Amino acid sequence: MTTLLELDQVEAHYGPVQALRDVSLTVSEGEVVAVLGANGAGKTTTLRAISGTVSRSGSIELAGKQIRGGPEAAAKAGIAHVPEGRGTFVELSVTENLKLGAYTRRDRQVKEDIARMSEYFPWMVERGGQRAGTLSGGEQQMLALARALMGRPRLLLLDEPSLGLAPMIVREFFRIVRELNEKEGLTVLVVEQDARIALRSSSRAYVLEVGRVALTGTSEQLQGDESVRRSYLGY
Amino acid sequence: MNPNLTRVTGFVGFALLVVLVFLLPEWISTFRAQQFAYVGIYLIALLGLNILTGYTGQISLGHGAFMAIGGYTTALLMAGNEQFGQEGLLGIGGGMKDVWTIPIAGLVAGLFGLAFGLPALRLSGLYLALATFAIAVALPSVVKRFEEFSGGGSGVNLFGLPELTAGIIPVDIAGRELVFNDWLYYLCWSIALVLFGIAWLILRGRTGRAFRAVRDSETAAVSSGVSLAHYKTLAFGISAAYAGVAGSLFAIATTFVNPDTFPIALSIFLLVGVVVGGLGGLSGLVVGAIFIQFLPLWAQGEGVASRLPGFIVDRTKEPGAPAIIYGIVLILLMFFLPNGVGGLFRRAGQTLTRWRYSRSG
Amino acid sequence: MVAAAFADFMQQVVSGLASGGVYAALALALVIIHRSTGVINFSQGEMATLCTYIAWTLTVNHGWSYWPAFVATVGFSFLFGVVTHRVVIRPVERGNVLRVVIVTIGLLIAINGFVVWQWSGEPQALASPFGTDTLDIGGVIVSVGDIGTIAVTIGIVILLWLLFQFTKVGLALRAAAVNPNEARLVGVRVTWMLALGWGLAAVLGAVAGMLTAPSVGLDPQMMQPILIYAFAAAILGGIDSPLGAVVGGLTLGVMLNLIGVYVDFVGAELKLPVALLVILVVLLVKPSGLFGRPEVKRV
Repeated sequence: MTTLLELDQVEAHYGPVQALRDVSLTVSEGEVVAVLGANGAGKTTTLRAISGTVSRSGSIELAGKQIRGGPEAAAKAGIAHVPEGRGTFVELSVTENLKLGAYTRRDRQVKEDIARMSEYFPWMVERGGQRAGTLSGGEQQMLALARALMGRPRLLLLDEPSLGLAPMIVREFFRIVRELNEKEGLTVLVVEQDARIALRSSSRAYVLEVGRVALTGTSEQLQGDESVRRSYLGY
Repeated sequence: MNPNLTRVTGFVGFALLVVLVFLLPEWISTFRAQQFAYVGIYLIALLGLNILTGYTGQISLGHGAFMAIGGYTTALLMAGNEQFGQEGLLGIGGGMKDVWTIPIAGLVAGLFGLAFGLPALRLSGLYLALATFAIAVALPSVVKRFEEFSGGGSGVNLFGLPELTAGIIPVDIAGRELVFNDWLYYLCWSIALVLFGIAWLILRGRTGRAFRAVRDSETAAVSSGVSLAHYKTLAFGISAAYAGVAGSLFAIATTFVNPDTFPIALSIFLLVGVVVGGLGGLSGLVVGAIFIQFLPLWAQGEGVASRLPGFIVDRTKEPGAPAIIYGIVLILLMFFLPNGVGGLFRRAGQTLTRWRYSRSG
Repeated sequence: MVAAAFADFMQQVVSGLASGGVYAALALALVIIHRSTGVINFSQGEMATLCTYIAWTLTVNHGWSYWPAFVATVGFSFLFGVVTHRVVIRPVERGNVLRVVIVTIGLLIAINGFVVWQWSGEPQALASPFGTDTLDIGGVIVSVGDIGTIAVTIGIVILLWLLFQFTKVGLALRAAAVNPNEARLVGVRVTWMLALGWGLAAVLGAVAGMLTAPSVGLDPQMMQPILIYAFAAAILGGIDSPLGAVVGGLTLGVMLNLIGVYVDFVGAELKLPVALLVILVVLLVKPSGLFGRPEVKRV
């Protein structure tokens, strides 16, 4: 497997507060990798560092190329970031949200891709003209995912997709992510509080503690790990 | 910063200001004294506007209107409006000494402020800004329309009236003979300093905390038991009363009022003064007031022209150039002093504290 | 009698719509900037005045006819708006909005000074592209100038609507305005979109200026009262609603005309205060304007 994303000794700050101290991780092409950790461990900041929404230092490479600049540059390089708390434009329609997802693309297949999205999200067909803000929380999260896919990303970053959603919807969300991974070879880096579903959906995982990688391994190993079980799985 | 130290520097600063204010006329001409009297007047208006905009977060683009109410109150109480043919209930005989009209002007403007503050409760942000702006825009035409009450477009003249202290013969204060401009200077600044102190007392206590809570988060303020309606209206009232006093002094200083004495530009410049001085602070407002009074004069002066590159110098005497300079200076100030002069003072204060602590520790 | 009175009334409505169209254009400019930058651009009127002087110079000093000068001025105003945002607004965009407000006031003063300095305060005449003829439509006499003004305003508003609604850049402009952080994540270069918004707003202002100048005369203060009307119109419609700005502008134009003519007590002098009073009453009933969405307060 070839390495798609490589973080080497990444640090990040919010003003004077250091949020990441030393994060090194890799994601291979076609892999689903999870990042676990307590509140404030630096999970969200890791994703923000990758997409350039927080000032950072250290090396971040996508397919061997350094990622520099703000989120516009990251989007152009093929990184789709679904931020915490439903990344949708609530005032725009469902279709407009999808079109925005394809903003960096120059090809002419955007319409086909919008049609293709309804294979995964059948409800979107009839509701293309509806304002995103009037969708339910689960639907908005699905829309955020669909919008990210519209950019045909090389790497998908998911930040706490389960936040505030009913367990059934969370399972459906992760089912679609797995399906995309298996069928289309989508590479995913997912940050999640719900360690159980994150470990079940990923092949490998990292555990962050106070801005550092504390533990890493395959998801199976971590599910069996005594400390992970006690801290994050709760049994 | 250590709160006790802040209070001490505050007191020392204020004491220095008082001393400076009372010594200044010794060094300047009576002509300059009049200009500095206007600085005192603007300071009063800025103190009021800052209570509303800086502390309570409500933008007013119409404080000139409250000044106008104060100014007209004073003018009509002094000169009366029977001379314009007003009869009956609205007839005002006039004849009141100027200094006694000042508190009444503040009171009347304050009542208008309270009355306006009530409907304004429903509005926020720009909608409130428009509402206040509308008042300032509309007032001159309203004043012109009700000619018999207000003297219409030609306004009310105070010059030469016996009610105007030191207007014709110098006034004797504690054995010193003061001509009109010097008297005016001391009058405006005495009132400004007292009102400065009152503003400080209001803002440091419970009321000030409530104001700031309203500004920072209305929802949080309500959930901590702060009555929005009460404090927003109160801020409007206090703020308008300050403006009324300033307007009253303005009328006395210019010795007449007409609808153009308090134009829209005045309302806008007051807002400029508050932001330049520093929102939510008192000390910077003195500089804000100096800015309003002197920057236009400075921009017109020869002093600036000689320091500008050639392509502007040749034409500085032509109309328009002072406005260009004024506008650019204003923009640059916002670039380089994001928190106004008050922000600069605070930073200086913090540096001082750090220096003290690092020496003692 | 009744027919004549009706014709008279319609004439007032049409000329009200013409001036209302100008208010609507400038109000729309204010709304576009408010949506993206979150402030009222006090210099909008002066920017328009400056652009109108450019058009005047092209026609009078360089012998251009009106429409080529119109197009060239539209192009200039767009660049002017973009550059203004990049150079003057962008450095103060973060932090307290009052800072931006004061910067736009600084711009107002500086641009006004520049216009006086460059072209003097003397009023100038910009010829109307529509002539001074009148048309008799079923007894209602309307000036061709008014009809032309209404047509140009409607044309510009429709063009802008098409741009915002049906083009990729229009979608990006809206996205950047409603949610800049999200927009950056999908690759929209937000600061350029904001600059583009300033450019479009300046174009609207220039059009408003060029339509106004023939009837009221071109002088450095020409747009100041119109800015006040536009502000009122934008607030009446809801400061974030483009549709509201257009409806608000037209309503205000007609209202001012009718109040001035039909309400004796009011007359020419008091029509502005009365119009503002009406708007205040509307705001007390609908605090976010006719088409605005109520602000959502966050705890």
